[in-house]
Amino acid sequence: MTTDTAIIDTAGEIRVQDCYQCGKCTAGCPVAGHMDVMPNQIVRLAQMGMEDRAMLSESVWLCVSCQTCTTRCPKSVDCAGVMDAMRQLSAGRDAVAPAMRNTLIFMRAFLDNIRRNGRLNELELVGQFKTAGFFSSLSIPFLFKDAMLGPKMMSRRKLRLLGKKVRDRAIVKRIFERCHGKTADTPLKKDEQ
Amino acid sequence: MTSAASIGYYPGCALHGSSNDYEASVRACLGALGVELCELNDWICCGATAAHSLNHNLAVALPARNLAIAERDGVRELLAPCPMCSMELIRGNRAMARDEKLRRKMSEIVELNIKGETKVLNLIQVFQGIGMDAIKAAVKYPLTEISAACYYGCLLTRPPEDLRFDDCEHPSSMETIIEALGGKTVEWNYKTECCGAGMTLANTDTVLELSHKILSNARAHGANCVVAACPMCHVNLDMKQGDVERRYGVRHGMMIYYLSDLTGLALGIDAHTLGIDRHFVVTK
Repeated sequence: MTTDTAIIDTAGEIRVQDCYQCGKCTAGCPVAGHMDVMPNQIVRLAQMGMEDRAMLSESVWLCVSCQTCTTRCPKSVDCAGVMDAMRQLSAGRDAVAPAMRNTLIFMRAFLDNIRRNGRLNELELVGQFKTAGFFSSLSIPFLFKDAMLGPKMMSRRKLRLLGKKVRDRAIVKRIFERCHGKTADTPLKKDEQ
Repeated sequence: MTSAASIGYYPGCALHGSSNDYEASVRACLGALGVELCELNDWICCGATAAHSLNHNLAVALPARNLAIAERDGVRELLAPCPMCSMELIRGNRAMARDEKLRRKMSEIVELNIKGETKVLNLIQVFQGIGMDAIKAAVKYPLTEISAACYYGCLLTRPPEDLRFDDCEHPSSMETIIEALGGKTVEWNYKTECCGAGMTLANTDTVLELSHKILSNARAHGANCVVAACPMCHVNLDMKQGDVERRYGVRHGMMIYYLSDLTGLALGIDAHTLGIDRHFVVTK
């Protein structure tokens, strides 16, 4: 068993070895129709210690974390937890299916925003996401895709220019430092906890 | 719950941001029902999907900090009207209750002791605490013209082992409330299907496809509105409805109410106070 499988087995009670490939996770998945590797196949790859292949699939970033797979699994395998573990590996090594890069960029921008403000500042998040996504893709349409939404939200008083920040932002930064440990994005293994 | 009861309140980022219409209606209708909300002191983000996707520790630590603040301040019941927040808070609490080592570690990380004494509630549970008889008695304008498709989405009921709320495949708690308000509800198939959640910006195609299916199914079953209790569901079904219609060449014209909107209307609160006039889809 590789070190990576050890991460999957210890990050919560995922029970990946219990899967007998009935396919119920895939049957209920709302986005399976667009996936390159089906959810039951991701679990199988995890079982076999082949997370290198699993984490490079588009599927792990297409997953919307709706928890339907985990809820319906007859063997109580935490399939959504497998997806989380694969995303953590993928992000930690910066090995991401090219078509899904924006989803990782968005999530990183989200967490960075929380680390600095304690709470989400939506306008700032959109700015961070668009800037990082643009430099990654050099796509002008991407940059302006949601631009029309801004004024419509503004007129409905749904966007605040200055979000309310947390007063004790230092503790938020300390929490992030402690959670990240030595390597960013990578979950701690049980023996390091 | 007696009159003028007070409970802790964790708004979460969405209700203080673009879903401030949800906050307006939650505050107005709970106020009218005699529930006072005490906002959690210096709360922080729960981490949402980004935290559990990128960092296993943060996904517990961010909720843990909020739970610890609640305990320190003697908050026994904490309302989190956003199901993403309530799910993350409940999940964090359960993970620490199962694993003493994790609880101690998290207490160190968040610099406050956590014992797991605060009960986290979603909005439906607060209505249940008030009681259907009390709600019925407070109705001024029964919802006689409403045929609602009650939409629960993912995280009010999933994962069921942690949330232990309603039936995860066929919930009915929202229907009970709408019917107590004098409205009708429809049987439909997409009560707990996902709308694409926080992928609105990062993966718009997924959101449009899933939202289109939900809106189509609600319409096919005779609903004249959808009732949601989640800010992300509301964004995808309401704000993105125009994009859904353009993408699929259909006209849905489906009003998307928050549960607190319809409750507020039945209690006699005006649409402006409830923030309903700030939705994207506004029909007569």
